[in-house]
Amino acid sequence: MTSYTLKIAFSALLLVLASAVQADPKVVAVTQIVEHPALDAVYQGIKDQLKEEGYAEGSDVTYMHESAQANTATASQIARKFVGEQPDVIVAIATPSAQTVAAATRNIPVVFSAVTDPVGARLVSNMEKPGKNITGITDMLPLDKHLDMLLRVTPDAKRIGTVYNPGEANAVALIEQLEERLKARDLTLIKAAATKTSEVLGAARSLTGKVDAIYLTTDNTVISAAEAVISVGERADIPVFAADTATVSRGAVAALGFDYYDVGRQTGKVVSRILSGENPGDIPVSGVEALSLFVNPAAAERMGIELAPDVIEDAEEVIEN
Amino acid sequence: MLSEIALYGAFETGLIYGLVAFGIYLSFRVLHFPDLTVDGSFPLGAAVAAVLIIGGYNPWLATGAAIIAGMAAGAVTAILNVRLNILNLLASILTMIALYSVNLRIMGRPNIALLTEETVLTPWYDIGLEFHQVPVLLFFIFAIVMLFLLWRFMQSETGLAMRATGANPRMARAQGIATGWMIILGIALSNGLVALAGALFAQSQGAADVTMGVGVIVVGLASLIGGEAVLAPRSVLRALVACILGAILYRIAIALALNADFIGLKTQDLNLVTAVLVTLAIVLPNARHSIKNFLSRSRT
Repeated sequence: MTSYTLKIAFSALLLVLASAVQADPKVVAVTQIVEHPALDAVYQGIKDQLKEEGYAEGSDVTYMHESAQANTATASQIARKFVGEQPDVIVAIATPSAQTVAAATRNIPVVFSAVTDPVGARLVSNMEKPGKNITGITDMLPLDKHLDMLLRVTPDAKRIGTVYNPGEANAVALIEQLEERLKARDLTLIKAAATKTSEVLGAARSLTGKVDAIYLTTDNTVISAAEAVISVGERADIPVFAADTATVSRGAVAALGFDYYDVGRQTGKVVSRILSGENPGDIPVSGVEALSLFVNPAAAERMGIELAPDVIEDAEEVIEN
Repeated sequence: MLSEIALYGAFETGLIYGLVAFGIYLSFRVLHFPDLTVDGSFPLGAAVAAVLIIGGYNPWLATGAAIIAGMAAGAVTAILNVRLNILNLLASILTMIALYSVNLRIMGRPNIALLTEETVLTPWYDIGLEFHQVPVLLFFIFAIVMLFLLWRFMQSETGLAMRATGANPRMARAQGIATGWMIILGIALSNGLVALAGALFAQSQGAADVTMGVGVIVVGLASLIGGEAVLAPRSVLRALVACILGAILYRIAIALALNADFIGLKTQDLNLVTAVLVTLAIVLPNARHSIKNFLSRSRT
């Protein structure tokens, strides 16, 4: 009899302990400024990463997800809503959403994602040590890695040319950075400006005879007319490199690009660190780690160079056309 | 249902958009001028204020400059209409698209962050209120002051002349009112108010963004009409109160929609819901009228 009571008491105690150990699911609130494929991929990447790290949706983590439909006033209300619900982490995708969340809370941990210039956007003052309740992932191009790739294919290149649109804020910021990085390597950047797609061909022609290679950033105007630059490269035997992998299948020699899904994956890693108790202020803002190399040997040949076998071997994707 | 912070957030944004509704009341209701300039003058106000604030100027001065910039934009629309005889709707569209480029020029880039800058809100955070209550208090004061000023203006001789211009331009001209000038003044005031709202919005959200004007006209209109539906605007004062009330109600509706997962409403439906609400609010009063007419006719 006594042992029976003891048994019941013991199992009751176990139950209490078990329910104390099994905590409520963590709440991750995700706000994004607008729905488009790249930003949607970020959200998917976050969820997949957390799942992989053992956060099963429903039991370990629940998600709140809102899109502001490109409306900043709605974004601000979403931010207020999330702050009011006191989730464990708020993830803000793209600059305007991140800014509204940053304005709405000073204590809930915030992880931004797909923000090109977090310092310029005043989200953090220091990339290495953000300090406050905010950290995140930037989708700034890894220019140094791009230059490594370019120099690996064309080691003798001294003068690098580029075409850019001086009216595009992101492009201008990238060109300024690029110039700095090249200077650090004792290389020179030769710029040609094109304010609209119809001017890209002329701008690319102006580079002939002045440059050893051409590197194109993610400038929207220039990438829309990338074929113009590629045709100049083929005629003048100047290898053309790109920042995005899609341009390789359009005829660029090589690109070291990233996928917004991977941006989400990396954001998920930061979210999981915060869920396990780390302080966002101690987590440095990082760029994208997973980069994939795309090469196009036929395009290289048309531009008068040959891709080394080891480069082709290292490539994630070899385009044959 | 709604958290306290979400509710304060709705009040905060609602009070700012109350100023937009004032502007739209002036153009749509008083002058019968469908003015789309506001989609450009809202970010214009934000841009001017943001650039001056990061340039180290006093935030109040920056906000004042935003109002003047907005008034200038409104004046351009009105002059295109009054002096160059361009259809009012088209004139406002022309100014609106021009303002996109102007705003980019003013800002020099698409987004200026104000998160760490001194704004009109900064000193108020020290008065002992909760973080999310401060903007509500300040913007309430702004809205009340503007409401009072507008109300007094509408009773002044100029205000009465402006109302006459909107109600019956030919009669107003016969009374010696320079109707052209009244339209220019009215649309300038209207856009000055909208630019003020833009400047305050940028300061409370922590950034001015070149895209933040999208849909301001529809939201302002929804606020105006929604407010009128709740509070029949029998006098100017009631109409102005209705503007603020409507703007706050609209924001509460959005806050509820953000929480309304149980009826399957998501943020992406908001634009559609807004459009339906505005349409209903415009159509229903007339429908009620014709139903009443129909009933009384059938009775006789």
